[in-house]
Amino acid sequence: MTPNRIVVGAHYGWRDWLVQRVTAVMMVAYTLLILGLLLWFGGLDFASWKATFGNEAFRIATFVFMVALFWHAWVGVRNILMDYVKPIVVRLTLQVLVIGVLVGYAGWTLQVLWGGR
Amino acid sequence: MAAVDRPVAKPRPVYLNLFAIRMPLPAVVSILHRASGALLFLIGIPLVLGTVQRALAAPEAWTQMRANLDAPFAKIVAVVLAWAFIHHLLAGIRHLLMDAHIGVELQGARQAAAVTLVLAVVITLAIAVRLW
Repeated sequence: MTPNRIVVGAHYGWRDWLVQRVTAVMMVAYTLLILGLLLWFGGLDFASWKATFGNEAFRIATFVFMVALFWHAWVGVRNILMDYVKPIVVRLTLQVLVIGVLVGYAGWTLQVLWGGR
Repeated sequence: MAAVDRPVAKPRPVYLNLFAIRMPLPAVVSILHRASGALLFLIGIPLVLGTVQRALAAPEAWTQMRANLDAPFAKIVAVVLAWAFIHHLLAGIRHLLMDAHIGVELQGARQAAAVTLVLAVVITLAIAVRLW
């Protein structure tokens, strides 16, 4: 029997469950990298800060972290909306808004990482 | 047993006065996991992106950023966001452990919840002390 599907539901799979965990582990790895760098430099000044962001590998790692963060945020915020926002029109509008904001943040991230050169 | 023979489900009491419900510790950790996630999405992401962008601009901008952090309001925002990040991180690790069937029994779940809650506050306090 076909379950009573909701257009703005979670698509009833384990995919988002897995995405939430995979992105979480990726973000933990990046957090450990940042902590390691802070310990390595023994604090933070403009020179080491600038040098860190001047490293291409660090920029790529940061971008991967940010994409994981945005995807993670999408799954989490959508879960919140599904719990508290019941009218489908309002929920869909907010979901589209959240996606728009997150895609915009991804563009902003690209600009921060590679735009200044 | 045919569907018609099944006893009709008793209407369950709906009692959602959050101020009257005594939330068990894991429930407190859970709702704070959600609240901290929302906070990080609404304020954390744009604030961090903007801060990193400005702090990369020039040494003067960097110095300005450090000066901005002297304001009490900025410190409070930083500490609240630090707590949100740390609590969310620790509660997330607890989730992953529970996925691995660690800490799923009542006693273990309560202990892990207490550790999550307290550790997040302790680390946040340490950061707050360093900021002030």
